[in-house]
Amino acid sequence: MHWQNATITRIEKLSPRVKSFFFRLPEPIAFRPGQHVLVRLTAPHGYRAQRSYSIASAPGKAQALELAIERLDDGEVSPFMHDSAQVGDEIELRGPIGGHFNWSPEDGGPVLFIGGGAGVVPFMSMLRHRAAIASQVPATLVFSARLREDLLFFDELSRLAAPDDGFRLVVTLTREAAAHSFRAGRIDAAFISGTVTGTKMPLRQVLICGSNPFVETVAKATIAAGIDATLIKTERYGV
Amino acid sequence: MVTRGFTGRQSNADTANRLPPGQHVVSNFPVLSAGPTPRISTEDWTFKVKVGPRVVASWNWAEFNALPQTKMTRDIHCVTAWSKLNTLWEGVLIDDLLGAADLAPPTAFALAHSYDGYSTNVPLADLTGGKAMVATKFAGQPVTAEHGGPARLLVPHLYFWKSAKWVNALQFTERDELGFWELRGYHRYGDPWREQRYKND
Repeated sequence: MHWQNATITRIEKLSPRVKSFFFRLPEPIAFRPGQHVLVRLTAPHGYRAQRSYSIASAPGKAQALELAIERLDDGEVSPFMHDSAQVGDEIELRGPIGGHFNWSPEDGGPVLFIGGGAGVVPFMSMLRHRAAIASQVPATLVFSARLREDLLFFDELSRLAAPDDGFRLVVTLTREAAAHSFRAGRIDAAFISGTVTGTKMPLRQVLICGSNPFVETVAKATIAAGIDATLIKTERYGV
Repeated sequence: MVTRGFTGRQSNADTANRLPPGQHVVSNFPVLSAGPTPRISTEDWTFKVKVGPRVVASWNWAEFNALPQTKMTRDIHCVTAWSKLNTLWEGVLIDDLLGAADLAPPTAFALAHSYDGYSTNVPLADLTGGKAMVATKFAGQPVTAEHGGPARLLVPHLYFWKSAKWVNALQFTERDELGFWELRGYHRYGDPWREQRYKND
């Protein structure tokens, strides 16, 4: 696992605060859905900054590596990526990192993913992989965002949920009224219970990703809903 | 490789000297953990020292707090690249634990175990000599559950995943056995100054 000079091939705005960066790597990396990579920036006088970002793309050497990066105003790497990085720039990447917060269809299901805001990113990799191999393992994604405009990947997620192949999308908005298929309000134990009701088999895993307060609240709610704490894996953002 | 357009933050010389490579200073205290935060009441809390599978010493909360208490101010360094300077901890040095257990360290390796099933390996030499403690207070207050309370291991000279939260046992092992993150791609030893973040770094 070494540093590579990856070239930005495309930048796409996903929401007011999140952009996707697509990279071409000299040597494509083999990773499991849920893993992340390190991004390293180096200033002319040698100062370096590095952060890790979850991979949004599915595994597969043919694909560009996609990182969806939220702009943190007091951050160091994310403001540079959002404001200065351009297509054609070379950025140092290293990975994959993280052997815990992973899921692939061969790990089985039903699985419940709960993402807050940009915390949906690792689930994109998992769900894209699931679709790419035509898996029918039951999977539910609960996606919590503040506003409709913060629902990154929403169109694609809706398409993934369309075939009724065992993947179900549940969206809740915390700062906007319920509308269309969206629910409103924060995730609590009743929300979790309602979401898992109707699942034929017991849950095999629950993966929760988002800011620390989000993960903390949702993990508590999940346990309060009667789900065994040992089934829960968490990934906390926002350093 | 210099990144086009990146100038970097200015940091003062004092801070720069104290920061291992690739780290940046934070003023908050980020929380990272692999699962839900376990809530452990001090009434139920115990801490054990084991040699292999055998328990050789055990303390409840009151007994543990009656052991000699030590304060330690240290910089801490998380593998995710944040560092927090001048953190103040209070707890029981591993030296004092072993002393209270009247135990001469039987092997050169140990695993710290936690209530949530987490574990991490630390060589004995990095736990003794005043280098490490089981901390029950941070900044003068009880360690909160999110940060590993009632008690967490503190091995501040290694990356902070070695400072296991919700610690409940120290187990001596014959060999250097890998813990939770060490089995999942992270470095066996984790020295921030040698940037030993991942396996084979």
